[in-house]
Amino acid sequence: MKNIVYIQANGTLPKAAFEVVSYAHQLGGTVTVLATGSLNSDALSVLGSYGANEVIVNRAITGNDDQTIAAWLAQHIAGAHNLVFSHDFNGKAIAPRLSVKLKAGFISGAVALPEADGSIKVNVFSGKAFGYVKSNTAQRIISLLPNSVAPSMTGNACTVQEVNESMGDSRIKVLSVKKPEGTIPLPEAELVVSAGRGLKGPENWGMIEDLANALGAATACSRPVADIGWRPHHEHVGQTGVAIRPNLYIAVGISGAIQHLAGVNGSKVIVVINPDSEAPFFKAADYGVVGDAFEVVPKLVEAVKKFRANS
Amino acid sequence: MKILVCISKAPDTTSKIAFTQDNSRFDENGVQYIVNPYDEWYALVRALEIKESSGAEVTIITVGTTSDEAIMRKALAIGADEAVRIDSEPNDAYFVATAIADYAKDKSFDLVLTGKETINFNGSQLGGMIAEALNAPYISIASKLDVSGNTLTLEREIAGGVEVVEVSLPSVVSCAKGMAEQRIPNMRGIMAARTKPLQVLAPNKTDQLTHYVAFASPSAKSGVKLIDPNNMDELVSLLHNEAKVI
Ligand SMILES: Cc1cc2nc3c(=O)[nH]c(=O)nc-3n(C[C@H](O)[C@H](O)[C@H](O)COP(=O)(O)OP(=O)(O)OC[C@H]3O[C@@H](n4cnc5c(N)ncnc54)[C@H](O)[C@@H]3O)c2cc1C
Ligand SMILES: Nc1ncnc2c1ncn2[C@@H]1O[C@H](COP(=O)(O)O)[C@@H](O)[C@H]1O
Repeated sequence: MKNIVYIQANGTLPKAAFEVVSYAHQLGGTVTVLATGSLNSDALSVLGSYGANEVIVNRAITGNDDQTIAAWLAQHIAGAHNLVFSHDFNGKAIAPRLSVKLKAGFISGAVALPEADGSIKVNVFSGKAFGYVKSNTAQRIISLLPNSVAPSMTGNACTVQEVNESMGDSRIKVLSVKKPEGTIPLPEAELVVSAGRGLKGPENWGMIEDLANALGAATACSRPVADIGWRPHHEHVGQTGVAIRPNLYIAVGISGAIQHLAGVNGSKVIVVINPDSEAPFFKAADYGVVGDAFEVVPKLVEAVKKFRANS
Repeated sequence: MKILVCISKAPDTTSKIAFTQDNSRFDENGVQYIVNPYDEWYALVRALEIKESSGAEVTIITVGTTSDEAIMRKALAIGADEAVRIDSEPNDAYFVATAIADYAKDKSFDLVLTGKETINFNGSQLGGMIAEALNAPYISIASKLDVSGNTLTLEREIAGGVEVVEVSLPSVVSCAKGMAEQRIPNMRGIMAARTKPLQVLAPNKTDQLTHYVAFASPSAKSGVKLIDPNNMDELVSLLHNEAKVI
């Protein structure tokens, strides 16, 4: 069986790149990574230890344009059974294009390896349920939800080949890029500290940031908090915001409305801090602290600092 | 300017998500349907704002059965000019995308808008598929959209940031939060919607590339472990030793 993985390789490789390569390796057979971007060959050869047999990196494509990337990938997928993407902004644009171009079934948002019957488990209803989807075509395209399958090291060596295959100019012109400084992108974060209306005002977020810094976590918030402008929109998690699946989600002053839960209940462990023991969030939590955030959070920050200092 | 907005129906966000006994279908018992929030709040409302500021004709399209007409009337009440329903169960993204692209291809739409994703299937598939079928540029997960003459300026999500881009019409865009604000239809809109044209068309014969074998509900949490608010060391120790997440 032949598997192909697409990754974008600029700067450092994201964890999602290791996840998709590991996933393709576990599908069985060979793994070819098709990459675009400027990352050097040495750094790309690391993908061998996650199961890649070869990496082909196209230096002629530098941006995010789904149309030129899809056109390039289509030239290299003859005989491939599976094409694996991360279900991130890139995969969500390129994979559907390829599905139409190749007339190959697209299984979007996979969270596990295929079942015995060939179907693949995907997230549906914003994480409130799962579906099992099967491709009707032999060649299939899979996009993998970040943080669903742990990357594993198998220790292969792999070759890296650099090519320059221009697919023409992108029809999309990039004018500028805004990057929030120093923050961990939410969908990739393994630890997330999130707060809601229970915090009473934006001036009280200092302790949430302290907790996030002590843990090395990203920060998130409930929708009303982003809507009133206490926090930036990109922190809004839930059914109509970002959906996340971190290892740890700490919710402070959030009631746990169904639309909020929908975006976070894929988290492996949930901690809830709320003075109202009847708050619905406690039903979805693994650990609960019934208490006032203004008393509990500073204590938790101290406890985390102490733990980090001793380990 | 001609804008096509793809509208799908989704269960109300408070709906209980359950499946029929053999887990083969979503259990629609007692479920209220709404316009998929991304399609309504962002795609449709932004199209209407463009119509109000620089003039446009806004068509909505849905691949669905007669039961979808209620949410289509709602979209008309908010302000769309006309509606098209492709009469079929929307079982597969490729099928739906092909049906919409087949309808759109000889009608010279300048802009095709979709939501970022449906809240029931979360596929984020349709926009890219329609763009490929129409050989058009695709700007996915856009949070801002401005039109000037023949040029679109957009902001869209990329890895850990936002990219500001420019593209010529015609283009396909998937719309996310930030683009516009929710609008509540008024009585005049609701009255006018009753008489706006809603055309029903048969789909072309198209293959389906995927199908759902079954659904499942997540396993319930075993119950919350409560920690004394004065003992945060214990919480940290549980997160380290028991949960193994820090
Ligand atoms: C179509 C639709 C889509 C939606 N999508 C989303 C979404 O994506 N994400 C989202 O978050 N919401 C979403 N919502 C809104 C959702 O229904 C809730 O209104 C929202 O999540 C509530 O936010 P909250 O928990 O911050 O505020 P509240 O519900 O007001 O809860 C505040 C909580 O803080 C607690 N509290 C009070 N004082 C303290 C204190 N001193 N210390 C600690 N805790 C305290 C209270 O006990 C309470 O539980 C959506 C709603 C609709 C209708
Ligand atoms: N049956 C449908 N009819 C028309 N548009 C749809 C349909 N299903 C999905 N869409 C559109 O495609 C977007 C993305 O859907 P999806 O790819 O299913 O996540 C939605 O936000 C809608 O704008």
